[in-house]
Amino acid sequence: MIDPGQGIDKVASLYIAAGKVAAVGTAPSGWSANRVLDAAGLVVAPGFVDLAARLREPGFEYKATLESEMAAAVAGGVTSLACPPDTDPPLDEPGLVEMLKHRARSLNQAHVYPVGALTVGLRGNDLTEMGELTEAGCVAFSQAEAPLVDTQVLQRAMQYAATFGYRVWLRAQDPHLGKGGVAHEGVVATRLGLPGIPSVAETIALATILALVRDTGVRVHLARLSTAEGVALVRAAKRDGLPVTCDVAAHHLHLCDVDIGWFDAQCRLVPPLRSDRDRAALRAGLADGTIDAVCSDHTPVDDDGKQLPFGEAEPGATGLELLLPLTLKWAAAEKIPLAGALARITAAPAAVLGIDAGHLLPGHPADVCVFDPDGQWVVEPKALQSQGKNTPFLGLELPGKVQITLVGGQVVFEA
Amino acid sequence: MRNPQLDANGGLTHLLTLEGLPAEVIVRILDTAVPFASIAERDVKKVPLLRGRSVFNLFFESSTRTRTTFEIAAKRLSADVINLNIGASSTNKGETLLDTVDNLVAMNADMFVVRHGQSGAPHLIATHLNRTGRTHVHVVNAGDGRHAHPTQGLLDLFTIRHYKRDFRGLTVAVVGDVLHSRVARSLIHGLTTLGTPEVRVIGPQTLLPAAVSAMGVHVYHDMREGLMGCDVVVMLRLQNERMKGALLPSAGEYFKHYGLTPEKLALAKADAIVMHPGPMNRGVEIDSAVADGERSVILPQVTFGIAVRMAVMSMLAGP
Repeated sequence: MIDPGQGIDKVASLYIAAGKVAAVGTAPSGWSANRVLDAAGLVVAPGFVDLAARLREPGFEYKATLESEMAAAVAGGVTSLACPPDTDPPLDEPGLVEMLKHRARSLNQAHVYPVGALTVGLRGNDLTEMGELTEAGCVAFSQAEAPLVDTQVLQRAMQYAATFGYRVWLRAQDPHLGKGGVAHEGVVATRLGLPGIPSVAETIALATILALVRDTGVRVHLARLSTAEGVALVRAAKRDGLPVTCDVAAHHLHLCDVDIGWFDAQCRLVPPLRSDRDRAALRAGLADGTIDAVCSDHTPVDDDGKQLPFGEAEPGATGLELLLPLTLKWAAAEKIPLAGALARITAAPAAVLGIDAGHLLPGHPADVCVFDPDGQWVVEPKALQSQGKNTPFLGLELPGKVQITLVGGQVVFEA
Repeated sequence: MRNPQLDANGGLTHLLTLEGLPAEVIVRILDTAVPFASIAERDVKKVPLLRGRSVFNLFFESSTRTRTTFEIAAKRLSADVINLNIGASSTNKGETLLDTVDNLVAMNADMFVVRHGQSGAPHLIATHLNRTGRTHVHVVNAGDGRHAHPTQGLLDLFTIRHYKRDFRGLTVAVVGDVLHSRVARSLIHGLTTLGTPEVRVIGPQTLLPAAVSAMGVHVYHDMREGLMGCDVVVMLRLQNERMKGALLPSAGEYFKHYGLTPEKLALAKADAIVMHPGPMNRGVEIDSAVADGERSVILPQVTFGIAVRMAVMSMLAGP
């Protein structure tokens, strides 16, 4: 059993009653189990917490449905997930958020934490009713991938959020510098003649955001860092004590622009895959704690969306079921102990969300993932529950096979 | 990842880019083009190499000149040529690129000559044909986005070889809008593969790709400096829409810095040749005195272009 938040890494039994962790190690007095799950040789860990998973509802049900993606989540051991507001319509009204929460709850699988739109329609002009949205269940506010062109709107959104203690999540990209770009502006984009997104598009936006954080004191989470310079900026900001956290998408730990090869649309991602130097900095930043968490950046894209010229292909990759394997693969290569790897997908993202999850504390919800850390499996369409079968990792063998997932003490997935 | 233009034995199935094409393949194409260049001077300008074959000119981006040269090349090889300007047809009705291709394969197409505004579109088609086991259908890239224009690159190489004999020892300058130029990318790959010791690109920072030096070229911003001692000067076309806005202040200022005048050309070697892929903007990138001057080989380029395209098509789909 490994619970990184509590520093537990030992052979022990986990006792669950009434949806909660009842005890760890020694059975409570008078214990009698209805069911015993044998996890000998496997790892029992807190269910994973994913900071970015697109469920495609409402609006894009032809790409994926809540049913398919929630099944994918628990198959990947993910028991809590945050979904960005870039649905259609965007999550900018309490009714939409309540509907999503209700639909998710009725499926009785992973917990869904909607991230509300920061501005109405994600248009970057008017603030949403953050208070109402928070009551409806939003845990934070973001622009998703929609550019916030007007820095004054950004400043006011951050001031308003700071007033009430709301969290703001932002992906740093200058709306002008990245315009029209489809790949990292570097050697590969130069060779292939692909319009580039320069690294400074991220660092300029980061500098703006960090200056406004300094000014307003708002808690900001920086989503999906992609550059070495970005990691350095966040490291300095944290050293200065700014209230910022950040994450990296699992695929950015392993891939770089060279993997685009001859226009492989599987590698069309947002933010773009950058150079191998950036990848090394992201891996190191995750290891030294500059980057708090790994997210799946799960984006189901159907084949029609990928069978297009690179620049026209839809960005994104399926990820919920690869979050654990890709995190384990990073940790193994960087010689990070298993508990350290799991911290990045349990306790750390739970802290970013501010939710009661990512640990196995007695008296708290029993969200659990049981997996075989050495179990290798091949990423192929039929092995994935998600309706999105597209990922750059198709055909690759990865470590980490989820055996059992529990949410609120109930078994929701068994391999 | 293997380039989809080569089969498992390194043979040429499609022509998508000059990047990664072995020098001997490029030389073989150029050698094959030599006799075709003389066919044009004969009374009967036809050979039967592609008799009974159907060549589809698939142009998603309009181009009269390139399409015409491919059409002439295919007809001189006795192929049947079908021109499709897709920009104005099926994709507007919602059909995807690969659906269009599948439909034309069902009409027994033997070759697609593809022009597309998106970099990589011909690769997508070629990969699709390879994956579905239809490697008897060949793709020739006639220009994709900013990526490649391999037959233009080959005709440029053919022209340089015709006048200069050998690439080893040459200094070649490519001048102008390299950022948006598929012609420049293809020529640079071809020149470096054939062992050209000094390839230069000349232009303002706004018109050069960020990592252009990684393609094995020397970067010059001062045209006079860059032209010094050159054997070959290749001028690139400046698109109208790039002459103002944030890339360049004006066509006039561009000409002042990067237009090829007789006075600037005098800095190159006395026997330097001047090339241009066409269509030219006289007075923007090139002075008429140079374009029409004795060192200009711009019209021979056009003639050689047909021979080179005949060579490529016959090597891909011929007996």
